[in-house]
Amino acid sequence: MDPLTLYDANLGSRLLLGTARYPSPAVLGEAVRASGCEIVTVSLRREAGGGRSGESFWALIRDLGVKALPNTAGCRTAKEAVATAQMAREVFATDWIKLEVIGEEDTLQPDVFGLVDAARALVSEGFCVFPYTTDDLVVAERLLDAGCRVLMPWAAPIGSGRGVNNAFALRALRAHFPDTPLVVDAGLGAPSHATAVMELGYDAVLLNTAVARAGDPVGMARAFRLAVEAGRAGWRAQPMTPRDMAEPSTPTIDRPFDQNA
Amino acid sequence: MIRARVIGAGVAGLCAAWALARAGVEVELVETAAAVGAGCSRYAGGMIAPWCELENAEPLVACLGGEALDFWSRELAVATIAGSLVVAPARETAELTDFARRTKNFCRLDADGIAALEPDLAGRFPRALYFPAEAHLDPRQALSALDARLASLPNVARRFGVNADALPPAPDWTIDCRGFSARGALPGLRGVKGEMLLLRSDDIRLSRPVRLLHPRRPAYIVPRGDGLFMIGATMIENEERARVTARSIVELVNSAFTLHPAFGEAEIVETGSDVRPAFVDNLPRLTLRGRTLFINGLYRHGFLLAPALAARAARIVCDGVDFPELTNAHSGERAFA
Repeated sequence: MDPLTLYDANLGSRLLLGTARYPSPAVLGEAVRASGCEIVTVSLRREAGGGRSGESFWALIRDLGVKALPNTAGCRTAKEAVATAQMAREVFATDWIKLEVIGEEDTLQPDVFGLVDAARALVSEGFCVFPYTTDDLVVAERLLDAGCRVLMPWAAPIGSGRGVNNAFALRALRAHFPDTPLVVDAGLGAPSHATAVMELGYDAVLLNTAVARAGDPVGMARAFRLAVEAGRAGWRAQPMTPRDMAEPSTPTIDRPFDQNA
Repeated sequence: MIRARVIGAGVAGLCAAWALARAGVEVELVETAAAVGAGCSRYAGGMIAPWCELENAEPLVACLGGEALDFWSRELAVATIAGSLVVAPARETAELTDFARRTKNFCRLDADGIAALEPDLAGRFPRALYFPAEAHLDPRQALSALDARLASLPNVARRFGVNADALPPAPDWTIDCRGFSARGALPGLRGVKGEMLLLRSDDIRLSRPVRLLHPRRPAYIVPRGDGLFMIGATMIENEERARVTARSIVELVNSAFTLHPAFGEAEIVETGSDVRPAFVDNLPRLTLRGRTLFINGLYRHGFLLAPALAARAARIVCDGVDFPELTNAHSGERAFA
């Protein structure tokens, strides 16, 4: 067994799914099942409208039978994010919150300053904070100082489907925080991207657009499940170190060594 | 003669009344509002675009929607077949590629091709998709036209300002077309909020609906004549009916402005907000309970789906025909139950 521990939860699946932009809630439900995921994220800010009028959709999410991780998507200030988290706690009866504080409307890049402020405030209110952040090492330090016990760095900007933009930075984060669960959030497009981040030793991946906007979301959810499992299994099995020279797997006994040198 | 009471005078109810009346049924159309189109139908885009809708809808929608082209453009003669144009801002060309992958019956246009179709868009987009066989209509005009045709039929009685709950039971059949208002009777029906905007500008002319693709804020602009343009529509999983938010208006105006900067000086004539009735699979449903038939779940495809659903409702009432693809719950609903 190779369970993933995020705050108080032990999970068998290392794939988290977002719930936006599917063709229908029914397709979302099938994709969630095909992915094997045990956590789905759900946004509240805009859906809340003038009160609890998002309730029908939230009820569908609760009925998926997986843990809901509400997010603060669309929030631009720490204050907004804190208020949204408080509402989310009521709606989904959970202390978990995926914290997003958006600094730039066009690229949806996190405002890491507001993010740290909001994380501190939420931790003091007893929330388990999952911060959506960049791959910046110092920001990661600050988030841990603020009380976050999980980090969710991006691989590339939200919805871009580019895969890992900066493998060096993701490796550095992994090396600096060997004991903190690291979940890549945002920017993955193809299953191979998920395998790649799992091979870097990341603990899990969170996807939305890559599945929701695939031609066949359910088929893509299944593909990502396998890709995440493959990457994790590969990382645990300790891949060989790459070499610059060919290394015959069968000894070439008919030739003296010095000819190969 | 079979008698049927149709409840609700939105696009679903009016089409049902028409199909039943044409099939020889004696129809009583009952509506709580004082006139037709008081519900979400009045805010529709009015695009009869079965193939564009494949972008995010299942093939059944395109299949049923094909029947609407003939109904609105020939039988009712309120729709114009001038095609649909689909464009994307320069940095979102991946959206155009995805759109083409999901849809059919289009041709690809370059900048010259766009300019030939819509001279006012010349030089604004390098490429587009053109769906020549699609149509558009003005929903309010179409609802009024359909109502007028119903008024001229001897076997149709239209009763406005009447609550069906207060009436004695219907004689033979009840056709419930109340949309989101039927929610108490139809478990699993939810509302999906949509907001729209009506702009007036004399500085730009369009001959057909234009869809502007964007990963987070897709929008469409439908010309309504006399310098009027309908900009729609937001899609929010939320059931508040009449509340237009500033953010949504910013997004819709921004889309119009992206299509053509002249919209920046356009007059805001109207804003509107309501919810679309939808089932969990976002597919329409004919729900038969005894002699009550619910036509519901038309989601964002009211004008596209109502004629085909009405025709099938008439076959159910008159001939007892079954339509399993519409009357059985889609597998998605079972999965959620």
